Amino acid sequence: MTILLFLIPISLVVALCFLGFLLVSIKKGQFDDDYTPSVRILFDDEKMTKTNKK
Amino acid sequence: MLQEELKNKDSLDGYTTVSYDNAIVRNFSIATVVWGIVGMLVGLTVACQLVWPELNLGLEFTTFGRIRPLHTNAVIFAFVGNGIFAGVYYSLQRLCKTRMYSDALSAIHFWGWQLIIVAAAITLPLGYTTSKEYAELEWPIDIAITLIWVVFGWNMFATILKRKEKHLYVAIWFYIGTFVTVAVLHLVNSFELPISFMKSYSWYAGVQDALVQWWYGHNAVAFFLTTPYLGIMYYFVPKAANRPVFSYRLSIIHFWALIFIYIWAGPHHLLYTSLPDWAQSLGVVFSVMLIAPSWGGMLNGLLTLRGAWDKVREEPVLKFFVVAITAYGMATFEGPMLSLKNVNAIAHFTDWIVAHVHVGGLGWNGFLTFGMLYWLIPRLYNTSLFSKKLANFHFWIGTLGILFYALPMYWAGFTQSLMWKEFTADGFLAYPNFLETVTQIKTMYALRALGGALYLAGVIVMTYNLILTAKAGSLVANEDVKVAVPVEHASHTGEHWHRWLERKPTQMLIASLVVILIGGLVEMIPTFLVKSNVPTIASVKPYTSLELQGRDLYIKEGCNNCHSQMIRPFRSETERYGEYSKAGEFVYDHPHLWGSKRTGPDLHRIGGKYPDSWHYNHMLDPESMSPGSIMPAYPWMFKNTIDTTNTAAKIAAMRKLGVPYPEGYEAIANQELKKQAEEIAANLKASGIEVKSDKEIIALIAYLQRLGKDINVTQEATK
Repeated sequence: MTILLFLIPISLVVALCFLGFLLVSIKKGQFDDDYTPSVRILFDDEKMTKTNKK
Repeated sequence: MLQEELKNKDSLDGYTTVSYDNAIVRNFSIATVVWGIVGMLVGLTVACQLVWPELNLGLEFTTFGRIRPLHTNAVIFAFVGNGIFAGVYYSLQRLCKTRMYSDALSAIHFWGWQLIIVAAAITLPLGYTTSKEYAELEWPIDIAITLIWVVFGWNMFATILKRKEKHLYVAIWFYIGTFVTVAVLHLVNSFELPISFMKSYSWYAGVQDALVQWWYGHNAVAFFLTTPYLGIMYYFVPKAANRPVFSYRLSIIHFWALIFIYIWAGPHHLLYTSLPDWAQSLGVVFSVMLIAPSWGGMLNGLLTLRGAWDKVREEPVLKFFVVAITAYGMATFEGPMLSLKNVNAIAHFTDWIVAHVHVGGLGWNGFLTFGMLYWLIPRLYNTSLFSKKLANFHFWIGTLGILFYALPMYWAGFTQSLMWKEFTADGFLAYPNFLETVTQIKTMYALRALGGALYLAGVIVMTYNLILTAKAGSLVANEDVKVAVPVEHASHTGEHWHRWLERKPTQMLIASLVVILIGGLVEMIPTFLVKSNVPTIASVKPYTSLELQGRDLYIKEGCNNCHSQMIRPFRSETERYGEYSKAGEFVYDHPHLWGSKRTGPDLHRIGGKYPDSWHYNHMLDPESMSPGSIMPAYPWMFKNTIDTTNTAAKIAAMRKLGVPYPEGYEAIANQELKKQAEEIAANLKASGIEVKSDKEIIALIAYLQRLGKDINVTQEATK
């Protein structure tokens, strides 16, 4: 079952990458506000022209 | 584009214009619908073939074993795949308040992906397959997938980096998780040694190959069918309901918990097989844990609609979403339950699993896609939906379709499993003939096809509805909007991340270690693997050249789609098939052919069970040997001659992978092949069958007669 020597580290590497993403994003304040982002996505962007065809 | 934005910047005073690319979203949406219909049509065809095998029209290219992978690949990678990209390209631009990084990359991504799908649709019916489930495509296509996936990732990350919105909405996290994990899974699982254009052998053998395959297979479900669609759910459900997600905090926990747990659950596909027990248990534990984040996410999705249920009554989009999320909840409850060993003992290899995946596929992926398209197309074309009535009709016929599909399959699964395991009072199998357990559930197969037909009918109604919607409006190819200029420019993020690393030596060290680890693994593992193929059972020998060719024909015809080669250690199985399968028996199997479904009986101990003539007649006309059988006939194998031009290359490749063929075997491989083939032809002649020894059927018979026999040598000797 030497394949486990491969699969477990590979899975760990993936997990560690995500842990890294998580730590960096926490540090950068991504999760400081856990409410407004959910409301903000509901606002549609203001359209520049009514019919903007190309 | 950038210059344009800069020009506008001053005049707008704190605002800038952004032009969202809607054309690419439209393209992916069309591809979703087109491939959806194709994939489901193939699905309906294979479903009908299980009741009426003659529906393959006697052609090799339309036979179940070849087009069942076409169905799965088409619905997963073509239908859902394009659905993912449509959803990502639409939502990512709006969440990042910027156009996709590069229109050229978007176009390469789109056309590249469609070309891959076309390549799959051509090669699978022709019999070019690796046999590994959901990864059947051969190595040149695997490389193309890698390249296009990188293009997708490049385009996505560059868009994220140039975003004008500091916060990454949770949907984007799901997209990132999808990209990273699918890339790793695809690379690891596709390790194969090419022997020619369109033919390769898996680098891994037997139990190792099985573990890699299901590590991949399970995570394909997790990171292709689940995480991207959760991202889509977290964007489109709130948008369609015009309510914020029930709990944003829960959505973040949902993501991180899911991503850390999912990747360990793969071994639950191999319970009671030759996989070491502790690895099986590890898989079970993580699978059971998965219920927490899955249900957290499911409830989060449903509760988003709290106080908006009146809208659900009116709005077909929301109806589709509600059923989709409910199906997600059911499938993610059932999944952990199926991972329990005692439940799995009953469910594995039966139609129960087929029911389970279709609740997920038809319900979760299908309905979420339909809801998204009904919401998206009117917006892309600046109009409203052509007919709500037709959308409602689609909703109901689709829901009925799911029920008509799933219920008969559950019934069939329970029935067949109970019949397999039933013993008479005297201790004999109640249904010793496998065929009895098949004919018993034929009606269920017919009902399932009906369910599929209803579901497909709904999709066709949707297509009509969406075409008329598009015709009523006109495509807003580029949607110009006004967005605020962020205080902190987004391009600082890249620098900031790096500076963080540079300042912290420990982090730097860890990061370097991870990079080195990856490099080291890639170099060392192949050596490990080759060494581990030293047999643990002395009597297990490599396949002869003829048997190897026969094995490749078994792969080409996709026999593993209906026949397992894995006898579990239950009395009901050892009574029916023979001695249970052991890990040491598969050390030369590149790839493994354990299978995951028994539409027909297990074949691991088929060798020597019947005379050659039985196999000959059975392959020519299955009903002549097994009246009522739903196996198709394989007349072309009696006409085609064995391709012996590649025998030496195959032997050489196998040796490279650690199979101990004697020195110089390549040179005499075809001679040996001919000798063994003539023996079989002579044997058949003795039973009154005239056949030339160079036909494919001879190689197949040689392989089937070898299966599972090596271990008997020792057993008979010690008896």
